Amino acid sequence: MATLVLATHSISPAARFKDAATVAFIALLLGIPMIGLTTVDQGGALRIATRWPTLFAFVAAAFAGRLVLRYAIDQFKARKLAHERSAAATAAADAVADSRRAGRPLLTWVGWAALGVALSLPVFFADNRYVVDTATTVLIYVMLGWGLNVVVGLAGLLDLGYVAFYAVGAYTYGILGTQFGWGFWQALPVAGAMAATFGIILGWPTLRLRGDYLAIVTLGFGEIIRVILVNWTELSGGPNGIASIPRPSFFGLELKPPGDDPTFASFFGLEYSPSQRIIFLYYLILALALITNVFVSRMRKLPIGRAWEAMREDEIACKAMGINARNVKLSAFAIGAMLGGFAGVFFAARMGFISPESFTFSESAIILAIVVLGGMGSQLGVVLASLVLVLLPELGRDFAEYRMLLFGAAMVLIMVWKPGGILAHREPTMRYVADGEKR
Amino acid sequence: MMLQLSGVHAHYGSIHALHGVDLAVQVGEVVTLIGANGAGKSTLMMSIFGQPRASAGRIVFDGEDITALATHDIARRGISLVPEGRRIFPRMTVIENLQMGAVLGEESNFDVDLRRMYALFPILEERCTQSAGTLSGGEQQMLAIARALMSRPQLLLLDEPSLGLAPLYIKKIFQIVRELNREHGMTILLVEQNAHHALRVAHRAYVLQHGQIILSGTGSELLASPEVRAAYLEGGQTESAA
Repeated sequence: MATLVLATHSISPAARFKDAATVAFIALLLGIPMIGLTTVDQGGALRIATRWPTLFAFVAAAFAGRLVLRYAIDQFKARKLAHERSAAATAAADAVADSRRAGRPLLTWVGWAALGVALSLPVFFADNRYVVDTATTVLIYVMLGWGLNVVVGLAGLLDLGYVAFYAVGAYTYGILGTQFGWGFWQALPVAGAMAATFGIILGWPTLRLRGDYLAIVTLGFGEIIRVILVNWTELSGGPNGIASIPRPSFFGLELKPPGDDPTFASFFGLEYSPSQRIIFLYYLILALALITNVFVSRMRKLPIGRAWEAMREDEIACKAMGINARNVKLSAFAIGAMLGGFAGVFFAARMGFISPESFTFSESAIILAIVVLGGMGSQLGVVLASLVLVLLPELGRDFAEYRMLLFGAAMVLIMVWKPGGILAHREPTMRYVADGEKR
Repeated sequence: MMLQLSGVHAHYGSIHALHGVDLAVQVGEVVTLIGANGAGKSTLMMSIFGQPRASAGRIVFDGEDITALATHDIARRGISLVPEGRRIFPRMTVIENLQMGAVLGEESNFDVDLRRMYALFPILEERCTQSAGTLSGGEQQMLAIARALMSRPQLLLLDEPSLGLAPLYIKKIFQIVRELNREHGMTILLVEQNAHHALRVAHRAYVLQHGQIILSGTGSELLASPEVRAAYLEGGQTESAA
């Protein structure tokens, strides 16, 4: 097939060269007035100066850029064509199955490698607070992505207000921690339950809505929660937020400079260093995220998880199978919200300070982007997309004001090349061999 | 009497689609409902499932009034639907589709039922790990039927199973309908546009026009009836000859 594709879609080098030359010529025409000639201030009078070397570089860049672009477009078209052909052919089904069988160990391998990197990262970067902090941020988004994946990726309910549950979790811990002296571990389940309750509160009135309509209502819900947090000053501290939220402890051992009580450092006979807390937080969110992953993967294989996916595919057919659509949707909302709430508790504990500014719509948008770019329903895709979406703006810091442009361009590129997300392939929940035996 | 509709009216939005339909299905029967496009056949089928809900009249299944029950509760009473347009779960695998069909059944029955379906539809076994969306139309229709059978229903509703299929598959689908009824004793209510095939497989049949039953009788009576021949079969003859 490859030769066939090449035959129909490759253009001769001469034709490419000609194409690039045309573009370079246009660049030259445009470039003469815009780049080749410039005005300089000479002794108070304006004088026209020439910049031929710059113009030449510009034209050369246009020429080279066109060659590369043309090549990329051809490759893209060829691959798309090959893809369509293979999808059309009946034999392709087997080919796809084969490639999947081959592809699965690779993805599994990537997953384990990612876990290995995640586990060993603080060992190599123990002194680099920036790296560990950024990795912690990535993991928060991974966890949020996995939580939202239940609602959007599996159940197919477009939720634009997911940040509300993140906020509910964070504020529940913030209030319990500062006003009632609760610790992180005590507050974690309560905050999760609280967020799940809010998930049901949101889910109940929206049961009959789908798609765009649901998106609008959830968007509104997210805003309502934020506006309440801004205005209910007695409860939430209003725009000032909640400060000095207690830090999580390691089985009752605080991670702080030595004092009267035994601390983490004194108990283990270590010298206190502030980086211990950073690394502890990193491992904490890693553990929470991994538990989330295992939990969601397990849920997918249970009847309820299958019902979520079937609901995404066809609601009427689901009801005709005897599935109670209300319970299935509410459970998806509640579980997604609970996971968001857990992430919120961690966020509050890590920052020690929360305010409504951390829970704006743009957060919801980023989390949703992570799920969509990652490939709806794909757990590993969420990790890759979180890396892209958190690290790109970080790496882009050198580009100052262009970094959001870079960010946007990356998202557009992913959607052009991988319209179904980075990992669009859906992993079956059960593998059967031909005679119907469970493998 | 397995299923009895009496004086059922139904609306789709502002459209009054069913005008007092009376219809009965007895245990062990294949009952066919034929009618032109827009006659209300699918509406009738879906209104048994409460989608849309009957606005007047009564639907009784197995001695119980199910008119006001929720869709999923109706399914739980032992009625299974093969919806129009198949409505399989395309991104899920064949086996997962069958698992969804078995949601109501006993878990211990699953393996037995699965083997039964594989025996009935060998192609599904071949394709069991493939996404259902990659199947051909005929294969998808078989999957939809198998999925509906996985819950071991007492009554199977088939909504236009031959729609959009190649003639070879149409033949196969009607063979399966016959086999399910004759060999497995399945009670079937079949809605079809392909009147010729549908009437031949049916014990009894109804003709629906503008939301009303205008004619009923045994399958062979209707096949011979001049009205039916004129309205539904003259075009169908050539198709069935293929």
